[in-house]
Amino acid sequence: MESGCHPLNPITITAQGLSKNFNRRAIFKDVSFTLSSPASLSITGKNGAGKSTLSKIIAGLISSTRGSLTYSIDGNQTGIEEFKHHIGFVSPYLNLYDEFTALENLQILSRIRTASRQQNERIKELLTLVGLWDRRDDFVGTFSSGMKQRLKYAFALLHNPEVLILDEPTSNLDADGIEVIKKIILEQKKRNILVIATNDKEEATWCTQQTPIGAKQHPGI
Amino acid sequence: MNVMVSIWAVVSKDIRSELRTRYALNALLMFVVTSVATILFALREDEVSTDVLSGMFWVVIFFSAMSGLSRIFVSEEERGTAMTLQLVASPSEVYFGKLIFNCGLTLVLSSAVTVLYLVVFPAFIIKSAVVFLMTILLGSLGFASSATIIAAIIAKANTKGTLYPVLSFPILIPLLMTVMKSTTRALDGDSVTAALSDFQILVSYVMIMIAGSSLLFDYVWKD
Amino acid sequence: MKAIKYASIVCITCAILAGIAIPMVPQPQSWLEFPIIPGLEDKARNIFFHVPMAWSSVLGFLRALYYGFRYLRTKDFDYDIKSVSSAGLGTMFCILATVTGSLWAKFNWGSFWNWDPRETSIFILLLIYGAYFTLRSALGSDEVRARLSAVYSILAGLTAPFFIFIMPRVIGGLHPGAKGDTAGSTPVAQLHMPPNMRVVFIISIIGFSLLFVWLLDIRVRAARIEYQLSKKEI
Repeated sequence: MESGCHPLNPITITAQGLSKNFNRRAIFKDVSFTLSSPASLSITGKNGAGKSTLSKIIAGLISSTRGSLTYSIDGNQTGIEEFKHHIGFVSPYLNLYDEFTALENLQILSRIRTASRQQNERIKELLTLVGLWDRRDDFVGTFSSGMKQRLKYAFALLHNPEVLILDEPTSNLDADGIEVIKKIILEQKKRNILVIATNDKEEATWCTQQTPIGAKQHPGI
Repeated sequence: MNVMVSIWAVVSKDIRSELRTRYALNALLMFVVTSVATILFALREDEVSTDVLSGMFWVVIFFSAMSGLSRIFVSEEERGTAMTLQLVASPSEVYFGKLIFNCGLTLVLSSAVTVLYLVVFPAFIIKSAVVFLMTILLGSLGFASSATIIAAIIAKANTKGTLYPVLSFPILIPLLMTVMKSTTRALDGDSVTAALSDFQILVSYVMIMIAGSSLLFDYVWKD
Repeated sequence: MKAIKYASIVCITCAILAGIAIPMVPQPQSWLEFPIIPGLEDKARNIFFHVPMAWSSVLGFLRALYYGFRYLRTKDFDYDIKSVSSAGLGTMFCILATVTGSLWAKFNWGSFWNWDPRETSIFILLLIYGAYFTLRSALGSDEVRARLSAVYSILAGLTAPFFIFIMPRVIGGLHPGAKGDTAGSTPVAQLHMPPNMRVVFIISIIGFSLLFVWLLDIRVRAARIEYQLSKKEI
């Protein structure tokens, strides 16, 4: 599945007392967990409980109001700016560039991230995996939501991230798409860190740890 | 030099995107044409002093810039790709990439306005080409250096279009005053040495605004 | 705080009484008489009020900038409360300074507005305050509002050196103290005010500064209470 020839770094993500407020209302309070590869965590809760917000915080996209979040690679603490290249993120809020083709999107974003051009093999591999190789020269603006979701996975896996954070992993996907995702998730769980935010009870069971957030909150395992 | 390549990759993404959608360029050029036409109708054959000409020159550039320079951030926020960019690039890579794009855009804009003025207003005679070119260059850089970070700020706001000139104008006033004076000198045929003090102000403006913006950008970009 | 309140009341009252009541005579004999400044005469009394107000409005901006900077470093919302309160006061003083300056300009130079560098500067400060509040009203979330208005105030502060140092020197102006003003420049420019005028002037500045601190304190306390009342728990 993955080219798999990059050295695996043992990763640890530690969250301590994460809380997020928005406009004087607290969205969630005191979320704590520790993830050391291999590990998986599912974030569950009702609509509006803050699952997407928490997944964005773990991905380093927004900051928490209180609490701390630390990333370490091989035991060394790393800041988010360096660590972001070890994170793959899929979310309904994520969008790719409509005016570029699927292939161009991956090439351009990969070039910005890694400053190199030699990603074409990997891009081909991933587009084939998610079933979009035939549509690689079509503009993303013409894609259906299911196709966009598949492309988001290709984008998330491009740089072999040790941490995969999936907000609503199967949204918009058909049965084939879901099968592909399950394979990806299985691979990721074996050696790396997986975080899933979901409403679906079955999806929540894909992970070994669970953090429910919302009205009835229990501290994370 | 990974950072430089990444910055250039951001610039080239924006250029390619702009060439495909023509969003900012169209707005800019239409604005330039309509405002120059309006001024032309207002003045007709009246004799205008170089002061007034250079003032109007920069008024056109200011308002055209306000219609086009915010695109680089507003389009990312509106189409939800800001998060994507945040995942792949560090804030300074994003900032410098967008800054370079805006510098290029402003240079294109000021060149277009210059050409239009030369064609349309017979009184617009550039007697001191070197002074004029330096002014255009430094003025465009100055515009971009302030306008870029303000664009990043308003991209997060609710009423983007009208907010942009309101926020930019006070910050741009030192630039505008200096650049108008310098353009008048160019039209009057002053020497480079006479305009040197203006150039010094412009250069320090550009440096201060870029330095300040690059430090503050992290706070604007990352939520 | 009580001490500040009383001190500011005392100072301003003294300044008002002294500024308005003490007569101006050509050859001052006693301490309770001001000399006449050629070109300004009675209008010089404006110094006691207009300058401290202008000074307070700049102070308001600098404080707003400082608190904004502290907010960015600590993310402590209290700093945002202080920042916006300072800015509000600064705007009020700016409007007062513009109005008093404009009235004085009418009496002294014949028209309400002349675009002289100092007038332009106070106008620009007013624009900056306006932009600051417009920005705040256009932002939805508390956190984003605090963050971005702090950034904007710092950006505006960066352009301040250009106004303060470059423009008045480069563009000759009407204000006392600007380039090209021979008569009437002495009192403000070199603070060569006779000692009694200087005392009243300093009392006025102190009074206005203390007033600023007092008003700021009231506003900040009120804002803090409002903030606490509106917080909602899960």
